[in-house]
Amino acid sequence: MEEKLIKDYSSPGRTGYSLPPLEVEKGNLEENLKGYFRDDLELPEVSEVDVVRHYTALSEMNYGVDSGIYPLGSCTMKYNPKRNERVARIAGLTNIHPYQPESQLQGSLEILYQLKLDLAEISAMDEITLQPASGAHGEFTSLMIVKKYFEDREEKRTKVIVPDSAHGTNPASATMAGFDVVEIASNKRGMVDLEALAEVLDQDTAALMLTNPNTLGIFEEDILKITEMVHDAGALVYYDGANMNAIMGYAKPGLMDFDLMHFNLHKTFSTPHGGGGPGSGPVGVKDFLAPYLPKPLLKKDEEKYYWDYQRPKSIGKVHSFYGNYGVMLRAWAYIKTVGGRGLKKTTENAVLNANYLKARLKENFELPYAEESLHEFVLSGSRQKEEGVSTLQIAKRLLDYDQYAPTIYFPLVVKEAMMIEPTETENIETLDHFVETMLIISREIKEDPELVKNAPHSTIVRKLDETAAARNPDLHW
Amino acid sequence: MDYISNTAAEKNKMLKEIGVEAVEDLFQMIPEAVTAADDLNIKPGISELELMRTAQLQAKKNKSLDEQLSFLGAGAYDHYVPGIIDALISRSEFYTAYTPYQAELSQGTLEAIYEYQSMICDLTGMGIANASMLDGGSAAAEAVTMAARISRNSKVLLPDTVNPAYREVIKTYGAGQDLEFIDLESTQTALDPAQIEANIDDQTAVVVLQYPNFYGSLEKMEEISKIIKKSKKTLMLVIANPILLGVLKAPADFGADIVVGEAQNLGSGLNYGGPNLGFMACRDERKMLRQLPGRIVGKTTDVEGKEGFVLTLQTREQHIRREKATSNICTNEALNALMATIYLSTMGREGLKEVGEHCYHKAHYLAEKIDNLSAFEVSNRNNFFNEFVLKTEKDNRKLIEELLAAEIIVGYNLEAVGKEGILVSVTEKRTKAEMDKLVEKMEVL
Repeated sequence: MEEKLIKDYSSPGRTGYSLPPLEVEKGNLEENLKGYFRDDLELPEVSEVDVVRHYTALSEMNYGVDSGIYPLGSCTMKYNPKRNERVARIAGLTNIHPYQPESQLQGSLEILYQLKLDLAEISAMDEITLQPASGAHGEFTSLMIVKKYFEDREEKRTKVIVPDSAHGTNPASATMAGFDVVEIASNKRGMVDLEALAEVLDQDTAALMLTNPNTLGIFEEDILKITEMVHDAGALVYYDGANMNAIMGYAKPGLMDFDLMHFNLHKTFSTPHGGGGPGSGPVGVKDFLAPYLPKPLLKKDEEKYYWDYQRPKSIGKVHSFYGNYGVMLRAWAYIKTVGGRGLKKTTENAVLNANYLKARLKENFELPYAEESLHEFVLSGSRQKEEGVSTLQIAKRLLDYDQYAPTIYFPLVVKEAMMIEPTETENIETLDHFVETMLIISREIKEDPELVKNAPHSTIVRKLDETAAARNPDLHW
Repeated sequence: MDYISNTAAEKNKMLKEIGVEAVEDLFQMIPEAVTAADDLNIKPGISELELMRTAQLQAKKNKSLDEQLSFLGAGAYDHYVPGIIDALISRSEFYTAYTPYQAELSQGTLEAIYEYQSMICDLTGMGIANASMLDGGSAAAEAVTMAARISRNSKVLLPDTVNPAYREVIKTYGAGQDLEFIDLESTQTALDPAQIEANIDDQTAVVVLQYPNFYGSLEKMEEISKIIKKSKKTLMLVIANPILLGVLKAPADFGADIVVGEAQNLGSGLNYGGPNLGFMACRDERKMLRQLPGRIVGKTTDVEGKEGFVLTLQTREQHIRREKATSNICTNEALNALMATIYLSTMGREGLKEVGEHCYHKAHYLAEKIDNLSAFEVSNRNNFFNEFVLKTEKDNRKLIEELLAAEIIVGYNLEAVGKEGILVSVTEKRTKAEMDKLVEKMEVL
């Protein structure tokens, strides 16, 4: 491997930590902890410089938004403002314990309350919980709310409907909440097929889960008809907020008659992904579902902010404390910085950038759905596949040009899918460079397909054997 | 202030390429009925200078732990965070990266997660660890549902010596799977193994234990383990405090099948309870691995035989298996896992052991002094590690208020969870002078 493991820096007796003197009497720990004592730990024995060099070397083997374009569809990899990081490191806001008295934390609680109000305004939802720690966690929380709501009404509803273009987390969350998942096919235009929906909607249906715009970037133009149909069947409609970057200031899930939804602060509101988290997935609901939200719920009484634990109909807790507060601080800083008008401008430019990329790429790559799209779009590598090169290979070739690849093979309704979302923070030069790289690759496929098939060539490791990794798992040193 | 580069001229160029007149034209498909009529009712944006000023003002309305003496624990622990951690995780190649889908451009994140998994295996003594869970509570909850799938049973023994917040999260997740919970009420600060014996049977999926438990006490792990092992299908789930595993015997050595916990104390700091770091490990068996939720990183080779790392065993996960996945987990706590990895590397085997020793000896110093005061006693004085239950005839709330006035948070009032006493936690950060100050104040109250 390019950089050896930290354990391979070990030298017996080498240390890199410092602690103050113990000051108090030291008893015999081994004897005191008889039956519970261990002395067999094998952690690395390294110096501070060893640690710094090693993790610096690892960071150099990574690619972040600060390195360049990150066109992962549905992931909204926008720039992560540095000022937000500064805010999230103010000691007075962060060196606080979750069980300190509320009277000592009014500054932080006010920030969280402002964030709640802003999310409610953006979505036209009535009440917000900040407790879920990721998007999928928000989905699960929402579905438990749906479950509790129907239990409370003594209605037995067992089914959750999910379009075939939905994120994989949707059906997985529904299963975790104990529902049976019913998948419906999209129509030829990439939208919910109203007839297919009507066919599966019945008195057993608890909810429909929907992303709008959907994962093809297409706005469900019949949205009011869809929400009406679901409500007529006595079921609820859930909004997957992964694609909020497409509609801020233009449309609101609440106005589309969705009953509840989740947000992804780590997508729409610019907080960093950290290589796979932490994220934050607040849930917004209409008033009639507010009693079921997780406890505690942040409230304001006169001028005092407090956590309300007296919530007899609540689904309970989904997180040990109040959710990913550090992420919320960053999202709060973002909304403060860009303001209401800035959020709308964000959406406008996200949609403009995506449509520009689509316009420039659609000649050379198959565009399976001709419908107008918003912040993201899906191309198919089917023409290139006919020439013998797969979407995976195209993605790997992009890496050779120091650019991250789009989301591939998703949504499942498109063969050889490439799902592209540039976000608003990329400039035109970067977009043009991405287009030109894609065009170069499409030429390479015609002229020297082997070059693309064997990509990547210039990355620090070349194509890795995933089959062997799964067959003979090597999961630790 | 926004973060957009496009100028008016560039926008026009792009609109022309797209073939529309104005940006608004790109939103024509949105029906008027769902369009926001007015602009968002959110104040105009502000400069960085104003933002920092506003944030500092909010901080001033708080009273942080820097401004007082704290003995609060109860699931979130105030351990020292070495400066090296923030310096390294602030490298933007780490923190601005996505989940490592394109392995060839993500070897840094992947190798660090592999190291994290290795260190979690070392601490817990288990054979497999995943790439992280959202927090301790949700890790415990997903471990319970995992155990139910493996044992094909639905009965869960849930002692009240397990963190009450975790118990609530476990029950929320359990409600999704129709699990049946048997609450074991303890009269002391540790379980009586006979309670397990009396309630365990062939239908029991899992017994949940916390180590040390919510009150800081050490359960009779060996004895309890023997009882659990007599029930063939029942799994033993241990919620462990990872920072203490430098001196406390690995849960695997007591026969644990799954080990989870909260690793916020390994370098993440407090942050008002999040982002925290759930960890999860299990025995090295295929049937366990198949049911394990979350991302897993594995080592493999590239086409030229060079070693590298990938996300592996993804057929368990939601993006492939959809409704049949082992969990919906997608985003986890990767950056916090990196913090823990750097923390454990920096401390090393000696450092982690020494932190554990400091916590133990300091807590025992304080407990003894308090126990010697006539009005107070430590109810688990013979059986705790670094967190103990303080009991008094005095009004607990009044005591807490009076100490607060002296700028001391003495601990967590167990009244909040229907129990008696105050839970006091001591980490390596507390000095002898600070502990003496607490005792002095208590003496005169």
